[in-house]
Amino acid sequence: MSSSIKVNDLVVKFANVNGTGSASANYLFAKAIFRMGIPVTPKNIFPSNIQGLPTWYEVRISEKGYYGRRDGIDIMVCVNPQSMMQDVKSVKTGGYFLYDNTKKLHPSFIRDDINYIGVPLMEMCNREYSDPRQRQLFKNIIYVGALTALLNIEFEVFEDLLADQFQGKEKLIAPNIKALQLGVDYIKDHYSYPLPLRVERRDLIGDKILVDGNTACGLGAVYGGATVAAWYPITPSTSVVEAYESYVKEFRVDPITGQNNYAIVQAEDELAALGMVIGASWNGARSFTATSGPGVSLMNEFLGLAYFAEIPAVLIDVQRTGPSTGMPTRTQQSDILLAAYASHGDSKHVLLFPSTPKECFEFTATALDLAERLQTPIILLTDLDLGMNDHVSDPFVWDENRKYDRGKVYDASDLDKIEKFGRYLDTDGDGIPYRTYPGTHPTKGSFFTRGTSHNEYAGYTEDGEDYVKNVDRLLLKWETAKTIVPAPDLYQANNNSKEGILFFGTSMYSAEESLDQLAEKGLKMDAIRIKSFPFNNTVENFIHSHDVVYVIEQNRDAQLKSLLVNELSIDPNKLISILNYDGMPITAYKITSNILEKSKFTIAQTANI
Amino acid sequence: MTYQRPTFKHPGLPKNNLGYTFKEYEGGLSTLCAGCGHDSISASIVEACFKLNIEPHKVAKLSGIGCSSKTPTYFLGNSHGFNSVHGRMPSVATGASLVNQELMYFGVSGDGDSASIGMGQFVHAIRRNLNMVYIVMNNGCYGLTKGQDSATADEGSKSKAGSVNMFQAIDLAGLALELGAGFVAQSFSGDKTQLIPLIEAAMKYEGFAFINVISPCVTFNNNVGSTKSYDYVRQHIEATSTIDFVPIQEEILTNYKEGDHKNIKLHDGSYVMLNKLEKDWDPGDKNSAFSALQKARDKQEILTGLIYLEENPTNLNKLLNTNSSKPLSKLTEKELCPGTKTLQIINDGFK
Ligand SMILES: Cc1ncc(C[n+]2csc(CCOP(=O)(O)OP(=O)(O)O)c2C)c(N)n1
Ligand code: SF4
Ligand SMILES: [Mg+2]
Repeated sequence: MSSSIKVNDLVVKFANVNGTGSASANYLFAKAIFRMGIPVTPKNIFPSNIQGLPTWYEVRISEKGYYGRRDGIDIMVCVNPQSMMQDVKSVKTGGYFLYDNTKKLHPSFIRDDINYIGVPLMEMCNREYSDPRQRQLFKNIIYVGALTALLNIEFEVFEDLLADQFQGKEKLIAPNIKALQLGVDYIKDHYSYPLPLRVERRDLIGDKILVDGNTACGLGAVYGGATVAAWYPITPSTSVVEAYESYVKEFRVDPITGQNNYAIVQAEDELAALGMVIGASWNGARSFTATSGPGVSLMNEFLGLAYFAEIPAVLIDVQRTGPSTGMPTRTQQSDILLAAYASHGDSKHVLLFPSTPKECFEFTATALDLAERLQTPIILLTDLDLGMNDHVSDPFVWDENRKYDRGKVYDASDLDKIEKFGRYLDTDGDGIPYRTYPGTHPTKGSFFTRGTSHNEYAGYTEDGEDYVKNVDRLLLKWETAKTIVPAPDLYQANNNSKEGILFFGTSMYSAEESLDQLAEKGLKMDAIRIKSFPFNNTVENFIHSHDVVYVIEQNRDAQLKSLLVNELSIDPNKLISILNYDGMPITAYKITSNILEKSKFTIAQTANI
Repeated sequence: MTYQRPTFKHPGLPKNNLGYTFKEYEGGLSTLCAGCGHDSISASIVEACFKLNIEPHKVAKLSGIGCSSKTPTYFLGNSHGFNSVHGRMPSVATGASLVNQELMYFGVSGDGDSASIGMGQFVHAIRRNLNMVYIVMNNGCYGLTKGQDSATADEGSKSKAGSVNMFQAIDLAGLALELGAGFVAQSFSGDKTQLIPLIEAAMKYEGFAFINVISPCVTFNNNVGSTKSYDYVRQHIEATSTIDFVPIQEEILTNYKEGDHKNIKLHDGSYVMLNKLEKDWDPGDKNSAFSALQKARDKQEILTGLIYLEENPTNLNKLLNTNSSKPLSKLTEKELCPGTKTLQIINDGFK
């Protein structure tokens, strides 16, 4: 076993029982690393259960600033006998297994290629605390204390964190400190410390924040001016509206009247949730809902109505592992085709793919603008990994002078100026007509919104020509959408490799790491990150200027590839899929090894270019 | 094809207090079957709005899908309308009503729309106490899909093709009452004298006002043996009382004998005047409303008129305490966006 010192490059995994208060202790650990200025990525791997089943928390610490998931556990902290066999197996050769040695470890758990660190957590708790709940909670804090000594985490950082966490409940600080200290002392008394694997303060975080994407979406909805939120609870989207609610309670209550400048309704189902959003948007409010795959399935009929009747709507889909109920607490990017073509008939929808909490914030606000500008549903596709896990992110920014784009709306004075209002008239030639809010004018501007075929004046029609004219205008609007949706990120000024890589959403983290790994092997690759659908020219050009493009996705069926092939008439053979769909975030190793295996251009050839 | 009425206005047409003629409350020409009960209800709605001096553009009409749900095109042509999807009008109305409390929300649905596919949304609209008028044009069948039984078809009722319905009927008025609707009424499309004041009162009511209107489908469910045919309904109707609506400006002139009548004051000061009350029935008492419905059912009669009226209604906007002085649609960045400085503080909280 090598004992060479390795700083700020490790994965620590915690194995706990769901519902035992481990989440906050594990978060405390991750946040301490963050506060030491070191890039860190925590991932909660939890069951669809409230209490009793195994749950894990995986923390990657990476000096190089890689925020994707990495295989190979360096330190396993196992406080769950149920999962112990699997947990022992998952440790890397040379790694460490920290366990509760109150009871002796059964020989079947012993591997001779890893190190065991026993801490009598239960015994210590039973000795120090009499209340059973405290015994359970502080067991978690004690192992964080043990890690503090083993990894050389600065103790003062915890003092600060606990002071922040327990503001107003200061009584709780001392017992937590005590539990931490118990862990520290036990290690100091029984083991040599710190381990060769350790952390060291850096200044790599800057002004970055540690936050989850759902909170960012909720906040983005507040900043973006959403006033009506309607939703139905579903993991992993629930915390979007919860975050929205906690912010509006703080920022949206009229100081004089005490009345709310928002309304939140927990609907009876997702159909109703989207119906409410559509009703509110029709009546001129900015409105949104958040759900996950099963909810989007239910929303199909209403999405078609909003598309065809041209009503703004914002839908945040925090994707989870399907199909059906699937693995509700695991991540995937598998609602792409569902969302893109939701509902019967010829219909398609604008999609946004955020990769970071900052983008969750921005894109939610942007979605509210786009929905009103384009008068159509905008679907934000995030996923469980981005939505529910904390990510180190650039801070949220908001331009003080930013104005909401309320789109094309005639008010009473506009209506007075026009001869005859036509709700679906393409006055400006961009496919986007003007709308009016109900109640605008006593005699002008009223119209009948319908999902049945309508002419330019919103009148019912079964005339084929009228119908074609209308749906063709919707296509023109689709072209307009291409010019205003978030543009993709290119990783190079000029495309210069023969093979390129294309990714979106949370695959970004591992894809970027993989680009470095490939470059290290002499395979420098052009890359593009897609942020929205419909795809614009940059995406098309990127694909056309490469012989082969690797499309990285987190679903089985290569859904984004299908969308690219279908919408851009790309030769499918040109797009090589790298797919990950086991419910865990994709790793750089997976991407790199797949590309190396599939790449037609050997390292040597590339070096010769 | 468009079915627009001629816009020519006769200069001598009577106007209401707001200066609007009757015509200005009408909509496009109906495309429903001649004699369809739904058309009579549309006509009653037009008349009620004219009489009530409603500003047409201050009404939002919403509906689902069905012959009944088409009717919002046939009344209030100067109001915004929304023909949504089958059974989902309540959710659209919910969202709309949260935004702008200056408008009156008028929902129209069918018995298929509300009692089957949209049952979930119907009951939740009641539960949330939307401030709206909700009319079900109830013909016991699916008119638009050619006459299949609906969930409000009575057990034993015979269809045009001769089949007998074997399932129990869902009693929408009873259900609304049970779920806490503040205003529950039942009527018959053919009884304008009763229906018009009921609609007027419902429009003035500041809570969920439900009117279940039996509205025969002449094409598919007007046969002998059907309990929703014109003949059957006329023979089996029993009214709780006669009803008048007295708007705020007018004085109550008629004098009725003590015990025979009851005046209920609505929020804006107008009155619902009930005369010749049914024995043992008090519209302010839920138990007596239930029992009146049940007694009528036992006698195989259709109880019409006002059934229940809660005098101090609440509604969703009050419950949620949403801005009542300015529609949410009119709020600007100033009221909605917490701003850059606050965002800095929020960012700091995540460090
Ligand atoms: C999702 C969906 N399913 C089925 C239909 C077909 N459909 C249209 S109207 C209707 C029934 C309407 O019955 P009702 O609400 O009683 O209205 P009526 O025509 O009797 O007035 C049905 C089943 C539809 N439009 N949408
Ligand atoms: S089918 Fe029946 S409900 Fe429909 S319009 Fe004709 S009569 Fe009316
Ligand atoms: Mg019907």
